[in-house]
Amino acid sequence: MSCSSHETLQQTPLFSEHVRLKAKMVPFAGWEMPLQYDGILAEYDYTRKGIALFDTSHMGEFLIEGDAVESGLDRVVTCRITDMPVRTCRYGMMLNERGGIIDDLTVYRIEEKKWFLIVNAAHIPEKAEHFRRSLTPKAVFHDVSSQTGKLDVQGPGARDVLGGLVPDIGKLTYFTCDYFQLLGEKTLISRTGYTGELGYEIYFPAAKTKDLWQEILENDKVKPAGLGVRDLLRLEMGYSLYGNDLTEETSPLEAGLSRFVDFEKDFIGKKVLLPQKEQGPQRKLVCFTSENRRSPRCHHKIYTEDNREIGEVTSGIFSPPLSKGIGMGYVETGSAENGRKILFGDEKNKIPAEISKRPFYKNGSLKN
Amino acid sequence: MDVVEHYLYTKEHEWINIEENVGIVGITEYAQSALGDITFIELPQVDAEVEQFEQFVSLESVKAASDIFAPMSGKVVEVNSDLEQEPGLINKDCYEKGWIAKIDLSDMDEKSNLMNAREYVKFLESLDA
Repeated sequence: MSCSSHETLQQTPLFSEHVRLKAKMVPFAGWEMPLQYDGILAEYDYTRKGIALFDTSHMGEFLIEGDAVESGLDRVVTCRITDMPVRTCRYGMMLNERGGIIDDLTVYRIEEKKWFLIVNAAHIPEKAEHFRRSLTPKAVFHDVSSQTGKLDVQGPGARDVLGGLVPDIGKLTYFTCDYFQLLGEKTLISRTGYTGELGYEIYFPAAKTKDLWQEILENDKVKPAGLGVRDLLRLEMGYSLYGNDLTEETSPLEAGLSRFVDFEKDFIGKKVLLPQKEQGPQRKLVCFTSENRRSPRCHHKIYTEDNREIGEVTSGIFSPPLSKGIGMGYVETGSAENGRKILFGDEKNKIPAEISKRPFYKNGSLKN
Repeated sequence: MDVVEHYLYTKEHEWINIEENVGIVGITEYAQSALGDITFIELPQVDAEVEQFEQFVSLESVKAASDIFAPMSGKVVEVNSDLEQEPGLINKDCYEKGWIAKIDLSDMDEKSNLMNAREYVKFLESLDA
């Protein structure tokens, strides 16, 4: 029951706050992060019914200046960016030449020719290098990850609480962003998140993020929440987690993310994806629900009802509102249809489940 | 970390409270805290024969699965069926209401393979070091 790691873990500007709040700290993607404070189920209720505050300062931020196409940015990300209105956000991916996913990311068009990209916490320098190598000399690229702190305020009460600090926060609609005055800083805030609830992501100078964290927690309706519940919240929404459900060995088509790929433009990895698009992928990422309280776990195998192995679990957790285990995994395309009965587990123990549509949780305040 | 003075403990963080021939078994505060919110328990069959340090219960928390091992050998005579409806009892009260099973013990000499409370606390300290 112990996690051992020999790598040197990085810490966010809030490390001392997590320790002070007696969080259980765990290694995640090279970072020492809070798994939980009051417990995953308690923090689940905070996020689904109240307001939760997450430290997501481990994530990476890149700033790119230049024209969408001339800078080369349009070729590096899979989503269409040329038609993005200023101050909007769009989800996409960066791919390798084999069409595998290097990362999933969110593009913010903060000015006509200024882009802010949010990438996952693992291997940020390598991803920055991929951009530097792939962008044209017309682009100006900055990796601003280390000087940028990030807080996510998530939950049905998020607008009311943040409104106390940022009076005009209500003008942000889903997947838009803007600059606001917050604790005397010009602050980029987006109405985005990873929980399925109404929420905001706030980008703040790393050196002052601790002040903002404390200021937001001054309101006792807001509770800190960790990576444990974050994993539960995102999985209930059917959102993929990079490193589990998405890797360099999986393609956007296999992962069911083709709507975030613009096949009308040129992009890195397109050559390999085109035939896959024509023929259809060999395997697909599916969501499934256990028939009982047993939860699927990463690396469990997936079987047909007559015990033929058809795939592998990439994410699994227990869903409190369903009182059932839920998961995601890759299965052969021929066995991927909704409603199909499957088994998950290992040779010794197999648990019945059913392939189901995402999301598992449908009552979120996401678009309130 | 909380322990109960007169219980005996394993290195896998199970406890056993021996009253005459019967041992009541559960998991320790350290174990429930490490597992987090427990969501599922597969209890042993009543009348099942178990061997010392053999797996006899499966537990799942929101995030993880874990095996529980029998602290001593014997026959399972009773299980805490309240846990099937409310496995979180183990988180709330791991040493009393969250007990898992009662075993009719077959070999009292096996006690020498277990730690008393003082030894277990020392063992916990060595894990943190």
